Amino acid sequence: MPTTLLTTAIKSVAGQDSKVARATEHLPTTPTNVSSAERWVSLVAGGYLTTCGLTAKGPGLLSMLSGGYLLYRAATGNCPAYQALGVSMSDSTAPKTAIAAGHGTRVQHAVTVLKPAVEVYRYWRDFENLPRFMAHLVDVDTTADGKSHWKAEGPLGLKVEWDAELVSDIPNRVISWRSLPGDDVDTTGSVRFEELPQGRGTEVRVELKYDPPGGKLGTAVASLFGKSPDQQIQEDLRRFKQILEAGEIPSTKGQSAGQR
Amino acid sequence: MKAVCWRGKKDVAVETVPDPKVINGRDAIIKITSTAICGSDLHLYDGYVPTMKAGDILGHEFMGEVVETGKNITNLKVGDRVVIPFTIACGGCFFCKKTLYSACDNSNPNAGMAEKVYGASGAGLFGFSHMMGGYAGGQAEFVRVPFADVGPLKVPSHLTDEQVLFLSDIFPTGYMAAENCAIERGDTVAVWGCGPVGLFAIKSCFLLGAERVLAIDPIAGRRARAELLGAKAINPNEVDVLKWLADATAGRGPDACIDAVGLESHGTGFVPFVDKLKTSVMLATDRPNVLRQAIMACRKGGTVSVPGVYAGMLDKMPLGAAFSKGLTIKMGQTHVQRYLKPLLGRIERGEIDPSFVITHRFKLTDAPAAYDHFLNQQDEFGKVVLKP
Ligand SMILES: NC(=O)c1ccc[n+]([C@@H]2O[C@H](COP(=O)([O-])OP(=O)(O)OC[C@H]3O[C@@H](n4cnc5c(N)ncnc54)[C@H](O)[C@@H]3O)[C@@H](O)[C@H]2O)c1
Ligand SMILES: [Zn+2]
Ligand SMILES: [Zn+2]
Repeated sequence: MPTTLLTTAIKSVAGQDSKVARATEHLPTTPTNVSSAERWVSLVAGGYLTTCGLTAKGPGLLSMLSGGYLLYRAATGNCPAYQALGVSMSDSTAPKTAIAAGHGTRVQHAVTVLKPAVEVYRYWRDFENLPRFMAHLVDVDTTADGKSHWKAEGPLGLKVEWDAELVSDIPNRVISWRSLPGDDVDTTGSVRFEELPQGRGTEVRVELKYDPPGGKLGTAVASLFGKSPDQQIQEDLRRFKQILEAGEIPSTKGQSAGQR
Repeated sequence: MKAVCWRGKKDVAVETVPDPKVINGRDAIIKITSTAICGSDLHLYDGYVPTMKAGDILGHEFMGEVVETGKNITNLKVGDRVVIPFTIACGGCFFCKKTLYSACDNSNPNAGMAEKVYGASGAGLFGFSHMMGGYAGGQAEFVRVPFADVGPLKVPSHLTDEQVLFLSDIFPTGYMAAENCAIERGDTVAVWGCGPVGLFAIKSCFLLGAERVLAIDPIAGRRARAELLGAKAINPNEVDVLKWLADATAGRGPDACIDAVGLESHGTGFVPFVDKLKTSVMLATDRPNVLRQAIMACRKGGTVSVPGVYAGMLDKMPLGAAFSKGLTIKMGQTHVQRYLKPLLGRIERGEIDPSFVITHRFKLTDAPAAYDHFLNQQDEFGKVVLKP
């Protein structure tokens, strides 16, 4: 609903070809951290203020700027101020992403993959496959003793590395792991597999926790993993499913287009 | 290559763009020999579909010749002549396995966008907005086709492009609309909209055994085409549609009703006026005149089948009538892959020659004029084919 209604609404308020309308086309992928009620309020207020500002009938430049800001929130569901503060008021994500003081970030997500548990488990169990679908991972090296070395990279090119060990490994049921003490990152993860009856595939439930320990990299790591981790795990698991079911990740990267 | 690009509302242009490349292992590149403009393209042209960007290449009805294949493609080879379904489907997900190809889980790279709007994402579509995948379309000289081991249908050389081109969309769409009606011998079906989709729906109703098709369209030229297929057609601006359908069925109502118009349906009178007002102030997004009439007209226990596209919010739907009559309502993008072979069979056996819908042929480079005519001169212009 939001994208359809809001983009169209903005166009009807601000004009199909107005700068505001065009701007909304370019902002659809930012994380949602504004609740839908707030988005409607933002939309209505933003539309009103922007129109006043643009037609210079109302309070002028100031309202145009704040109106544009509210429209941006409304159209994208993203509030830069909330995001900078690490706050999420979004109805859907609020309980999951709230960062309990000093306790890092915990995310959970589930997906159903149309493959038997044995196949789904096997792919995940080879940690070296994880960077193929987890966006922030650059590389995972496993060693024979069940230990692994993980390398991650954030949006600003920030690099973090850590060692991890297996905590439990029940074939076709569950895998869990945690980072070894003394590294830059304190992280644990688990994935559970449950095969459905009648060839309906396997439910895959993932839980990840990142606990930046403070110290020299604490804040940096928090920003690396704390940025809409909910949406990140959702997209990661979508890619996991695509690899297993379709053998590749759908993409339009590098395709032709006319003048943008 | 040359490609038809969306620039903005009522603005398309032929631009020179880079040739498409293979991106994934299951891709193929097709050199297009024929492509068409669809009523769905008009929704983009009219600015009803959000998340279009200036420069997007349009077109989802096309066919041509394989010129390159990705490393995992073994079913096609260079030189094969193929028709491409407009729905992109992976073949491996729960929905593809159920032949619900337009609900494919894995073909929309922007599924997250569609999920925010609809709760779940359908299949990626060619040339049909970023929310539906942002795939470059086929009103061009070349196109990249993902999952080319699932979609493309090889066509025999004795059939012309124009006989098989519409397997890409509107023939399966009209056929699925009729199939969804679960037609029994003796049935009367009412079809709103005598555009290309409505015409294929009418023809398919007869193929599936309907006794009678009652058609509704405000445009005389379009009604004439429906009558050529054996339907009886009226102008909803001159005749009270509900009364006409009730009279024609002596009070029982049509056994099934097909809405082949969709979200831009026209209407006169107070409620359509209020709809228009509401869409302009965003209290609703779509104009559901036809859907309302179809629900009100349909007989008890009948089916309302909706191939016409809807995108957002509707107001004043007579759901009470639908409930009290126990109607079945079926809708959605067509599961094109499901129909390719059976419908090719019908063409080969001579049961239908789909080229009957074509009224005009243009050079690809004349696409801007073709869009304008298809939208504004519907009396004369039916299906328009573009030749690169
Ligand atoms: N479900 C799918 O997969 C699918 C595929 C292709 C097309 N479509 C949709 O099918 C619809 C028809 O496509 P088309 O190519 O025939 O489009 P079109 O625009 O050529 O035809 C629409 C027809 O509806 C008529 N119409 C308008 N208002 C009407 C009313 N109130 N009552 C009766 N008729 C009315 C118009 O006069 C026109 O002839 C569109 O919405 C299109 O997007 C859906
Ligand atoms: Zn179409
Ligand atoms: Zn699929």
